[in-house]
Amino acid sequence: MKVTVRYFGAIAEKVGKTEEELDLSTIGSDFQDLKEHCLSTYQITDDGTLQIAINQELGLKRPLKEGDEVAFLPPFAGG
Amino acid sequence: MISSYTRYRRQIKLPEVGQEGQEKLAQAKVLLVGVGGLGCPAAQYLVAAGIGTIGLLDHDKVDETNLHRQILFGLEDVGSYKAEAAKKALHRINDQVIINTYNFSLSVDNCTDLFKTYDVIVDGTDNFQTKYLINDAALQTNKPWVYASIFKFEGQLSVFNYQNGPSYRCLFPKAPQEDLSCEEIGVLGILPGIFGVYQATEVIKIILRIGEVLSGKLKIIHTLTMQERIISFKRVEERIAEVTDKALALESVSCSLNNESKTYLDVRELHEQPQPNNKNIIKIPLAELALRYEEIPNSTDIHVYCQSGIRSEKAINFLREQGFNNLINVEGGIQSILK
Repeated sequence: MKVTVRYFGAIAEKVGKTEEELDLSTIGSDFQDLKEHCLSTYQITDDGTLQIAINQELGLKRPLKEGDEVAFLPPFAGG
Repeated sequence: MISSYTRYRRQIKLPEVGQEGQEKLAQAKVLLVGVGGLGCPAAQYLVAAGIGTIGLLDHDKVDETNLHRQILFGLEDVGSYKAEAAKKALHRINDQVIINTYNFSLSVDNCTDLFKTYDVIVDGTDNFQTKYLINDAALQTNKPWVYASIFKFEGQLSVFNYQNGPSYRCLFPKAPQEDLSCEEIGVLGILPGIFGVYQATEVIKIILRIGEVLSGKLKIIHTLTMQERIISFKRVEERIAEVTDKALALESVSCSLNNESKTYLDVRELHEQPQPNNKNIIKIPLAELALRYEEIPNSTDIHVYCQSGIRSEKAINFLREQGFNNLINVEGGIQSILK
């Protein structure tokens, strides 16, 4: 099962790309597991402010499905 | 009345605006918190569109490094309060607009009274603390606010607290521990330009009650790829109640120092960001140093910093004359000693 992960703000900086396709066969379908996987792969620490959207919607608690788009949204404050 | 509306003829021609819409714009009062990269372009278009009253709030003065993106200002404005310089430039565009200037920072004490006198608040700030303060004060005074933030080549836009829609805390419940402005990130002028104009667009839609206001939605644009996303989110009642049930307070957004064992003297004004709150920092703005230098210990080495190393050098020169010989200038300014 594959999903597209999109990175925003400083997360994209740290990851070094704005999107990638990931195979969830070893990670599983829980988006929290995917989050942990990505954070540890790219050595990113989340201070509890990072928001995760599934198919452009925040606050979903469902398992991931083939073709989902998972977005990592950090807050930023420049102006 | 109609003759004075000649300048608005092209927008009145739109059925969504019309004479009635133009009157609504003329009756509207919009407060811009921050007159910088976002606030300048937003103000330009709002003033040109004929918003009746504009409030410009910014404690800051124009600096030469602002000019590449805050294109309301010119070299002759360097050193002037941003709100005053902007007022002058905006009145050149449209002198029919009432422009109120506030040359101070938004604070827990002043925000409620200020917000009450305006219909819509525009966020042109560059730090989390003020964004959460705008959010909470807007909730308590029941005003919609138009949010934008930028990071490098990417921007976010949303409208909060619009007709019982979600608030900023429904999107980002928790303030980051580190203010991202702790890093000297850099920005190209066009990005706040784009987002400031988007903010003006949302303000006009709110006032005219046309289209779909960007409430419950976060628009993200990356200008290097021109990829766009609109992320939906919902109002979370507990997070709203957390704000409406309490007195206003500043979020503690802090930065950490590299070295916790050294003693520091911060000679910047107290509103300057970032503002680490470690116990080993003595905070005395340069202007108050002559009155307060006795608060500084002379028993241990003190590292003196400001934003860029210039005021700290002046402070050291002054303090040496008062007999201090334990002072070290942090030449790279605050950024060089942050974690």
